[in-house]
Formats: sequence, C-alpha cells, structure tokens
Amino acid sequence: MTTNTLEPIEKRNMNTVTPELANQSEDSTPAIQADNLNAWYGDFQALHSISLSIPKKQVTAFIGPSGCGKSTLLRWFNRMNDTIHTARATGNLSLGDMDLLDSSTDVVDLRRRVGIVFQKANPFPKSIFENVAFGPRLHMRLEKSELSDLVEWALRKAAVWNEVKDRLNAPALGLSGGQQQRLCIARAIATGPEVLLMDEPCSALDPASTLAIEDLIDELRDQYTIVIVTHNMQQASRCSDKTAFFFEGRVIEFDTTEKLFTQPDSQTTDDYVRGRFG
Amino acid sequence: MSSENRKDEIPSDGATANAGASGSRADKEKTLRGSDSRMATDRAFRRACVIIAGISVVILTFLLGSIVLQGLPSLSITLLTGTPEPEPSQAGAWPAIAGTVWVCTICALITLPIGIGTAVLIEEFRPKSRLGRRLLSLIQLNISNLAGVPSVVYGILGLTAFVSMFGLFGAAKNGEPAFEIGATYYDQFTNLASDPFLSMGIEDAEERYFLAPVAASSDPPTVPKSGMTMFEYIGETLEPVTINVVGAEDFPPTDPKELSLSVDGNSIPGRISEKAWYYFRLPFGRGVLAGALTLMLVILPVIIISSQEALRAVPSSLRDGARGLGATSWQVIWNITLPAASPGILTGSILAMSRAIGETAPILIIAGIVYIRNAPHHLMDSYTVLPLQIYNWTSRPQEEFHAIAAAGIVVLLVILLSFNAIAVILRQRMQNKVR
Repeated sequence: MTTNTLEPIEKRNMNTVTPELANQSEDSTPAIQADNLNAWYGDFQALHSISLSIPKKQVTAFIGPSGCGKSTLLRWFNRMNDTIHTARATGNLSLGDMDLLDSSTDVVDLRRRVGIVFQKANPFPKSIFENVAFGPRLHMRLEKSELSDLVEWALRKAAVWNEVKDRLNAPALGLSGGQQQRLCIARAIATGPEVLLMDEPCSALDPASTLAIEDLIDELRDQYTIVIVTHNMQQASRCSDKTAFFFEGRVIEFDTTEKLFTQPDSQTTDDYVRGRFG
Repeated sequence: MSSENRKDEIPSDGATANAGASGSRADKEKTLRGSDSRMATDRAFRRACVIIAGISVVILTFLLGSIVLQGLPSLSITLLTGTPEPEPSQAGAWPAIAGTVWVCTICALITLPIGIGTAVLIEEFRPKSRLGRRLLSLIQLNISNLAGVPSVVYGILGLTAFVSMFGLFGAAKNGEPAFEIGATYYDQFTNLASDPFLSMGIEDAEERYFLAPVAASSDPPTVPKSGMTMFEYIGETLEPVTINVVGAEDFPPTDPKELSLSVDGNSIPGRISEKAWYYFRLPFGRGVLAGALTLMLVILPVIIISSQEALRAVPSSLRDGARGLGATSWQVIWNITLPAASPGILTGSILAMSRAIGETAPILIIAGIVYIRNAPHHLMDSYTVLPLQIYNWTSRPQEEFHAIAAAGIVVLLVILLSFNAIAVILRQRMQNKVR
C-alpha cells in the first residue's frame, strides 16, 4: 500500500473512466436521504419510519442486533431487494436527485453508482482479471489497454494488487478469504461508484484480513461514501465517522460515532454498545 | 467424545438409552456408543458399497463382452460403408449410421436451446404474480410427468404433430407435400437404344436417359414429341438434347446416333425428383426433421429438469454479486449463471442425448422399417437409424444376420461412447474454466 506508486495510474483513470470521483466537492448535502421509510417483506414490517441522511465521503456504520433491519435498509439503497418479490417500501429514499423507490428508476445505473460488497466474498468463478473487469464491461466499451489499466487501478485501490499482480489470469476462487473479499471490493469500485455499501464485509474473515479491510476502508473514505453494516462494535468505532443504531426495525440513535459509543442518548443504545444484549 | 454425540444417540450394543437430559457424568458415559462397533458398521457399509458397485460393473462387463465377442467377427469396413443388402456378407449399415448422426445432431441443435431456455425461464425469471406462479407450477408438474411417458406415445404424437401436422394441409395423399421449396421434378424417358431387342446388332448404341422438367409432382406425365428439348446428365450437369419420337408403327432408325436420341412415343415416363440441400416441405412427412422433433419430445423433459437442477445449484450470491454491479437479467444469466451451471447442464444433456441415440420405438413409428440405400441429404429425406437397422437384422431368420446385428450394436455403442466422450471433454474444459 505504497501511495506514491499508485498516484499516476489513479490520476489517469480518474479522468477517463471515473469522472464522478474527481469533481465531487466537499459539500454538506447528504449522499443518501431517507424520510419516513417503511419497508415490508410480505406482511412483516422490517423497517419503521426510518429518517436519516448518509453524509457524503464519510463512513457510516449501521449496528444493531440480528434482524433489526440494517441489512434491509442497505439493500434498499441499491434496490437489491428487487429480487425478493415480497419486498416493498413506502416513504422517501433518494440518492442525490434520484428517487430510489420509484419503480421506473434505472436500477442498472443506480447499481453502477452504488456498489455493494456482501457478507460472504462472492468472486465469480472466473479469473481475477475477469472478476474486476466484469463491472466495467457491463457499462462501458473500453479498449484492452484501458481495461487493464482500470483493473490495475481498482486492484491497487483495494490493496490486493501486490498479492495478485503475477497471477491475474488465475482463478479468483484460489485466493484466500480475505483476498477474495478485497477482490470483491476492487470489483465494486471498478465501475466508479459514488457510494460503497458493505454488508458485514469482515464477518467471515480472520483478524488479519479484517484489519486489512479496515485499513482499506480508511483509505477509501476520502473518495467514497461508505455505508458499512457490522456486528462488530469495535469495528464500527474504529472505522466509522457516524453510526446508526438499529433496533427492531427502527433507528434508535444516529450520531457521530464518538458520541454514540461514549455518551448515547438512549438507554437501549447504551446497553447494546456495552454488550449487555444483542 | 463431545457431548454433541448424545443428541443422536441410538440404543445399541448394550448401551442403555438415557432420554433424560439430566444425567450424572456416569450416565453419560454409559450412553456413549462404543467406538469399536461404530467402526465395524462403518467398514461393513463401505464393503457393501464396493460389492454393490462391483455387481453393476460385472453385469456391464458381461453384457459388453458377449456383444463384442459375437459382433467382432462380423465387424468390417463393409458394415460401416455398405448398404443393407439382402446378402449377409455384403450387408452394411452406412445409411443407418448416417441417419443416426443426422437425427441426433438435429435433435440436439433443436432441443438444447429450447430445454435450457425453458429451465432459465423457470429458474431465473420466477413470475411475481400469483397467477404466474400457479401457471409455472402447473408447467413444472407437467414437465416432471412428461419425463415418465413411454417413448412410443411420443412416437404417435410425433406422427400426428410433425409427420401429418394434424392434417392442417389437407388429408395427406400418400404423404405428398402440400407446400415445398427446393424440389425439381422430371419425367424420365429411356431411349430406344436401351431396348435390347431394337438395339440388337447396332453397335455403339448406348443407353441414355432423357429428363423432361415438370412444374409440380402432381402434374400429368409428359407426352414426348419429336423435336422436343429434354435434358440429359453429362457427368454432374444437365445438358439439353433434342429428341426424336418413334411411334408404334414407325420403324426405328438404324443409325446408332439417331437411335440413341429416339424415344418410344408410347412410353410412360418415370417421375423422379431432385432435392436441394435446403429442401423443405409441409407437412414434414416421414423425414429426418420429423424424427428429430419427435426425439426432442422424448428428451426435452430430461434436459429441462437437469438444467433446472444445475441452475438451482449456482449460489445466489453470484447472481447478487453480478446484479449489484449493475448487470441486467440477461447479463447475469449469460455471463454468470449459465457458465457456472454449464457442467451440470452438459451432464444432463449427455444422458438425454444417449437416450435419443438408442431410442427405437418413436423412430419405428415415424420412419417405419424402410429400405434406405443412401445417407440423408436434406432435412426431409427418408432415413433409418442404427437401432432400427439392428432391430431389422435381429428379426431376420438367417443366423448370419444375428452376428451382423451384434456388430451393429458394437458400432452403436462406439457412436454412443464417442458422443459422450466429446461431451465429457467439453464439460471438463468448462469446469476448468470455471474453477
């Protein structure tokens, strides 16, 4: 992760294939805004009037016990819930000026702008190169050299380049769990998203790999809006700027990470972050 | 031994069952099963598996061995390249071999896209509406049931649906087509020189055939007239010739050249047809296409079900991963799901195609036992297949034909195994690509 070696490639690619990254200014408008969002799976209401704004280019952590709706909310951010036919939602949810709940929203474009990394690393049964090139190929027509530059850029960005540069054509399933997860992050950022959603990205990894991913999140926070769902309270406190505590489908508290972990307003939050339940 | 073993305890070997969860440490010791007896069961199970697998291998070896021993002496080049002559020593199976390859290749080309497409529809595009789901489960039920229908039933279905097409094109008169493209019809005349009586004593008189084109197969026979232009094959090409007509009262010309250009005015021509490689007719008739479509009905359920299983085995995390990158349904299916499922789909298709190669009953109904001298040339050509040819040979009284039938079985097995080998190699390649 030597920053000076990856500077030039990064710059070149920012101009050609990831223009959004370059001109995102430090404004205070939220990246994602939810107002009175209710969501159901069939008759079960998973989210109750959620209102929160995800700040731009910061790391927001969602914590809470299992089944509290944090993953559901995350999956509404890029409409991954579309695959579940009983899932529906009311209220407002927007990414910039894009209405995320409208059925006419272009989900393909939305998912290009909002990348997602899943709990379990899910590299495609293809080569390492093909995995990273998959997203860009879906959306852009690129020259061979552009594509390999982009793949290298994404792999460097995801801090896995040094480990895989000599075997880009080897199958991705041959990598270790932590490398696979970083490969998935590289794959997600290769399409040039503004927002990166991470659904418990470290829960299946050993401590060393977890540390590598957390370092990576720290590296990426300047350029991406990151939302991370985690069960690991230490992880939330280590790598997030803001934290939302979910409980039984409601946001109990949403504040800066420091405040939420040291002096939370709600008793439930206090109990949870101190490990009294959940 | 961990306490987990207690969960599925079964009283045996003198160990007393202790259903009560609260037992002292000593009670727990008692309920644990002896390691020796479990290991003995394990060994016995493994031995039983080996024996059962061995039995099937022995039976297969026995069958194959007896067939090969019977068939090998009759296995010859003549069998592979010859036509099914009535004389056993000259009998060959070339038309049947070519027919099998034709029918099965066309069957595979039609069935695989339809079968895999149906499986993709059922597995990947599950309808959201209640009605859609009902309809889908009905289709699913039908497919499962169709897999068990005897193939002879499909033969009769194929006869109605493909051979005569439900009589939609009018009642089939001798299987004549109602619509066709790519066919040209000729009336064939023989010259007078081919008459042994007339050409007697006239040397250089050669036998020639003249063709008069007719517009449709149902046209009345051509009446030959003097000075009429007919056609004659010179090598592969048709050349125009002007013919003479000699009436019943006329004397035949004595000049050999003139005699060879003369045709009997009262002769009745033979109607022959030339069919291009793209020849197509409706209804299909008893041709290769009807046979392939009927075999499609037989193997389609098997292919659909095995493709469904293969698609279901693809972890949904892969689909989510691709979808999360912004892939459309088509991109997910084409780039991720199908490649990941392809080894499984291929395995099912191999089994289905093996069945199609060996299938006799539906072909017997569609093609019937006909004497075929040539390999098929177009989709509507008449044909026979190896199983049918073997069936034909075994039903002959002569002992020699039974040996030839055994040799035919060896050929059929070789074709079957080579089809399978190609598919296995393909599957291996895909698997290597995937892993």
